[in-house]
Amino acid sequence: MISQVFILSSKGDHLIYKDFRGEAGNDVVNTFYEKVTALTGDQPPVVMSHKDLHFVHVRQGGLYWVATTTADSSPFTIIEFLNRLTSLVKDYCGSLSEKSVQMNFALIYELLDEVVDYGYIQTTSSDVLKNFIQTEAVSSKPFSLFDLSNVGLFGAETQQSKVAPSSAATRPIQSSRDQGGKSEIFVDVIERMSVVVGSNGVVMKADVEGEIRVKCYMPSCSGYGAAVRVDECSFHQAVRLDEFDSHRILRLCPSQGEQTVMQYQLSDDLPSAPPFRLFPAFERDSTGRLLMLMRLRCDLPAKSSAINVSATIPVPKGSVSLSQELSSPDQSAELKLQSRCVVWQIPRFTGGTQLSALLKLEVPGLSSASMLEVGPVGLSFELPKFTATGLQIRFLRLSPVQPGLSQRWVRYVTHSDSYTIRI
Amino acid sequence: MPYLGGEETVRELKRCLSNPNIQSDPLRYRSTVLKAIRAMSQGVNVSGLFSEMVKACATVDVVQKKLVYVFLCSYAAVNPELSLLVVNTLRKDCQDPNPMVRSLALRNMSNLRLPSLVEYVEQPLTAGLRDRAACVRRVAVLGWAKLHNLQPNSEIDAAVVNELYNLLRDPDPVVMVNCLRALEEILKEEGGVVINKPITHHLLNRLKECDVWGQCEVLRVLRRYHPQSEEELFDILSLLDASLICSHPPVMAATLSLFLSLSAGLPAVGSAALRRVCGPLLAACGSGSREMRFTALCHMQLLLRSIPGLMGAHYKRFFCGCAEPAYIKQRKMQVMHVSVVACLYVEQLLCRLSLCLQVLVELVNDDNVAMLLDELKGYCTDVNADTAQAAITAIGRIGRSYSDRCLEILTELLGLKQDHITSAVVQTMRDLVWVCPQCSDTVCSALEGCEDALQDSQGKQALLWLLGVYGERIASAPYTLEVFVDGVRSEASLEVKMELLTATMRLFLCRPAETQDMLGRLLHFCIEDETDMCVRDQALLYYRLLQCGIEKTQSVLQGRRSDPSLGVLIGRPAEPISQWACSFNSLEPLMHGSVQTEPASRGSPEHVAPKPNTDLSDTLDCSHTETDPTGSDGTGQRSDSSPSAMVVTPLILSVSPAVSPEEFERLWLQRHASLSEQGAEDDGESVWTEERFQCPAVPRCSPQSLQAAMQLVNIQTLAFTPPHTRPWRVFLYTHTLHAGTTPHSTLILGELLYAGDADPAAGGQEERGDGHDEDVKVTLKQQPRDDEALRGFLSVLTAVLHTLSSGQP
Repeated sequence: MISQVFILSSKGDHLIYKDFRGEAGNDVVNTFYEKVTALTGDQPPVVMSHKDLHFVHVRQGGLYWVATTTADSSPFTIIEFLNRLTSLVKDYCGSLSEKSVQMNFALIYELLDEVVDYGYIQTTSSDVLKNFIQTEAVSSKPFSLFDLSNVGLFGAETQQSKVAPSSAATRPIQSSRDQGGKSEIFVDVIERMSVVVGSNGVVMKADVEGEIRVKCYMPSCSGYGAAVRVDECSFHQAVRLDEFDSHRILRLCPSQGEQTVMQYQLSDDLPSAPPFRLFPAFERDSTGRLLMLMRLRCDLPAKSSAINVSATIPVPKGSVSLSQELSSPDQSAELKLQSRCVVWQIPRFTGGTQLSALLKLEVPGLSSASMLEVGPVGLSFELPKFTATGLQIRFLRLSPVQPGLSQRWVRYVTHSDSYTIRI
Repeated sequence: MPYLGGEETVRELKRCLSNPNIQSDPLRYRSTVLKAIRAMSQGVNVSGLFSEMVKACATVDVVQKKLVYVFLCSYAAVNPELSLLVVNTLRKDCQDPNPMVRSLALRNMSNLRLPSLVEYVEQPLTAGLRDRAACVRRVAVLGWAKLHNLQPNSEIDAAVVNELYNLLRDPDPVVMVNCLRALEEILKEEGGVVINKPITHHLLNRLKECDVWGQCEVLRVLRRYHPQSEEELFDILSLLDASLICSHPPVMAATLSLFLSLSAGLPAVGSAALRRVCGPLLAACGSGSREMRFTALCHMQLLLRSIPGLMGAHYKRFFCGCAEPAYIKQRKMQVMHVSVVACLYVEQLLCRLSLCLQVLVELVNDDNVAMLLDELKGYCTDVNADTAQAAITAIGRIGRSYSDRCLEILTELLGLKQDHITSAVVQTMRDLVWVCPQCSDTVCSALEGCEDALQDSQGKQALLWLLGVYGERIASAPYTLEVFVDGVRSEASLEVKMELLTATMRLFLCRPAETQDMLGRLLHFCIEDETDMCVRDQALLYYRLLQCGIEKTQSVLQGRRSDPSLGVLIGRPAEPISQWACSFNSLEPLMHGSVQTEPASRGSPEHVAPKPNTDLSDTLDCSHTETDPTGSDGTGQRSDSSPSAMVVTPLILSVSPAVSPEEFERLWLQRHASLSEQGAEDDGESVWTEERFQCPAVPRCSPQSLQAAMQLVNIQTLAFTPPHTRPWRVFLYTHTLHAGTTPHSTLILGELLYAGDADPAAGGQEERGDGHDEDVKVTLKQQPRDDEALRGFLSVLTAVLHTLSSGQP
């Protein structure tokens, strides 16, 4: 049972406040903000209580999405609901940000009104909701042809240079009405890798969690298939699995908006080598500086590449300054004193190549034990057009065949959830 | 966006809203209404616009209607009279041919929250229950709940309740679920909606039609159902099996919760369900949402309390990701720690090895542990001090079984010379030495020179304790202490000063030549200049003690250095599921988080310090068990025996409610005070007795068989020393229940002590009896006093012990 729902910006501005049961005043919003900002960062902030009121919140899109509730309600339900709410807002408003929430507040009030009644969740299915939601979304950035071409580039195999981030296709589902019935379907295969590589280069742990997401801007049915080995998978309830066992075909009637059709996991033996290997070398030079030579090799196939690679290298406490020699000018390395690490940014990293960085750290009072503090290196990256499990979508067929133009996009992307290399 | 401030805005909006030109243009009218709502959600008080908004309500534009309703519902309470005007429009809308408009009007009419309007709302709500459109019925059903809560003292309308019960058979699943919710609220005082067999089966059959949220609601309500026969119970359980492994965490959690409450009397079913749910729960632990991960981890910890071995094979899943926030990392470490112990445990069972500590140490080439330690080592240098501390503590706990490797890591960490790390390491070492005295050599050599890096009082205390107790083995101990003694003037912490006094005294006893001078200075300072009474009194006590002679001092100060039995003693048996089943799938496990994630090492002896008592071994002992909130190092094994009480006429023994080791410790330690004061056995509420049995074979039997035997008669053994160690002791407890005319229960705590062939002086102060070395001494505490029950208990215990010793060669 949800007593209130409110959305706060990270600065504490009230964006949305909806009271469902009239049990507490809206001063709790400020109480919540005081509490959440007073946290030191290492306390679990998901649930907080104030008198007999409990705040459950999630952070998405830089906003606090908060529900107040009673102690006996299920945390799984409330958190799942808040997550679902964020994805609904994202579906309806196109993107998730302070600005889009501010501009579409009427729509969000309407949404909340239909989704929750008297604190009880009624429905969150976008199929049902689309009959009730009347307000048009206001896009912060009008949907232009330029955006469309960008998306198109991404879908085309030949294009090498421009790769849109995985969050393309951010437009409100309802604007399809204005677009003259332009029907499009996006199928995204998104994988998250979490890997631990030991200091000797042996993979100690590798998990991939993947999902197939369908974002649909058309009112119709479709089916598509895939063939791969995965450990565990689960499906959306709209998926019919008649042909899954024999032909690996998923058949579904997607509702408008975004939904996860299939989730799967693969643990430990990946079909391909881990995408990155690191060869570090450390040395102290005559002036007492710490020299770190980092050679990073990308083991992807030569035609794919990683983008937005960023390596976080923890450095000894007391490091003062950094000078670096990097192998190309578009890279950067920066010493972050707050988090005691060096962040090495590589915007683009082609498969099969190797990059190196020579980092010279000024550490007063460097001792041999300080080397313990160096590492493990954390990598974050995005691998477009690549799946770590090798899962592929062989075909995407719409049935019945759509009259007129219908655009189908299949996209693959692998994110690093956590990629740790021990030193 | 500019901040729209106060009255100016309201006046402007009012002018716009009443402007006929704007009113005639639907788009402009709507956008003006929108502006008003925007101001409202930014916190501007726009209640002055109420009458204009009431007018704006009468429109065909649904979007505008919705906006106005948002406004009206927020301010109706301020303007009850004007709200009456709205009701007319709303009632008209309730007749609208469009079901969406009808449901909208009905919902907002019941949302106005004005008791004065109740009479106007009732009729449309009654009509709404019979509406053709499901969306109207959904709203109407909940409307009755709202109405009831508006006037909580009014009588419950039986006709409405009947109608709602009928609507449980509504074809629309949401209407059905809403009926459940409404009935729960309306009939709250009568204990909620009636859950009988037909309703249960109806709900279960329609479970599949509901969406995720509806399923959760139905499953939650069904927890109140008691199946009439075992057959029915298993039918229900097998029906629910599919939702148990559902990929939606809310459904999974609600199903498990229902499973546990239905199978409360069948522990085997419960633990089978836990094993089944482990897959989906693990998936939730790896979910994309951090908050969901955290929730799943917290619940995972609950599961591990009952089945410590559950996650043994999946330990890698709990390795922390580099981008995870600290609160998740710390949670994972707790889970991981439980898992490593679980791995060992499984291995032990396979090898049929005994539970003793030495064997655990021999298992050192286990691969898991190497990896886990490696993983934990990585966290020790984490930027977040609390995460680092938690990791070091976790290593220390694993160190109880794998001391060599862990000490190696800990020693390495000392080399970093960072205050928070050093402090955590020293505290961990102190705790480790207390449990595993064999580590003391390594610890002693590691301690050299780490005092410079210590800043906080906790770390200093730990170091001082180690210096005092192992002073003769640490070459530099006097010099280190001298630094502290010289700096005592500027020392702010009371606890550190007291610890310093004790440490210096102890060091003086073993290395008098080097320490005499500084002890003199320290005592002089503490007695002459110190303002704090506790410190001064302690110094005076020591001073007088020294006057009594060195032997006296020695006998007081040289307490025990370690308690190897604690290593096993801390082991907490697997809890029965019923202990936590009621808090599963509620916010409680998440709230506990903030308490539990406090790094465990912080709870060290500071809270016992103000006691001017030199019996440090006891105080440390006490703090030690308290520092172990997750507590499952142990390998204590316990099958969930159903609490079927065995009848020893007319006495019933029962192990529930369970007594936690901490609780036991607290109750048990009260004895010292009472014994020393009176020497007698009665201290008002509780009673102490001692008995001796001639059964020397008992201490030689394995802990498992002893535990099993005790459990047969419903006596819970809490902790053992390994067999063949001397003194051998077992702690146990049970509850007695009189089935007679005046039923009342007592709690019995007990200790079995067998001094055996060990040196009586080392055995502690407990044994004074000469010539009774072959006996097992039983010390019992009963609360409250009940001689008859005690006698009954003793006869049961005697029978068990004799059976055991006759079974042994």
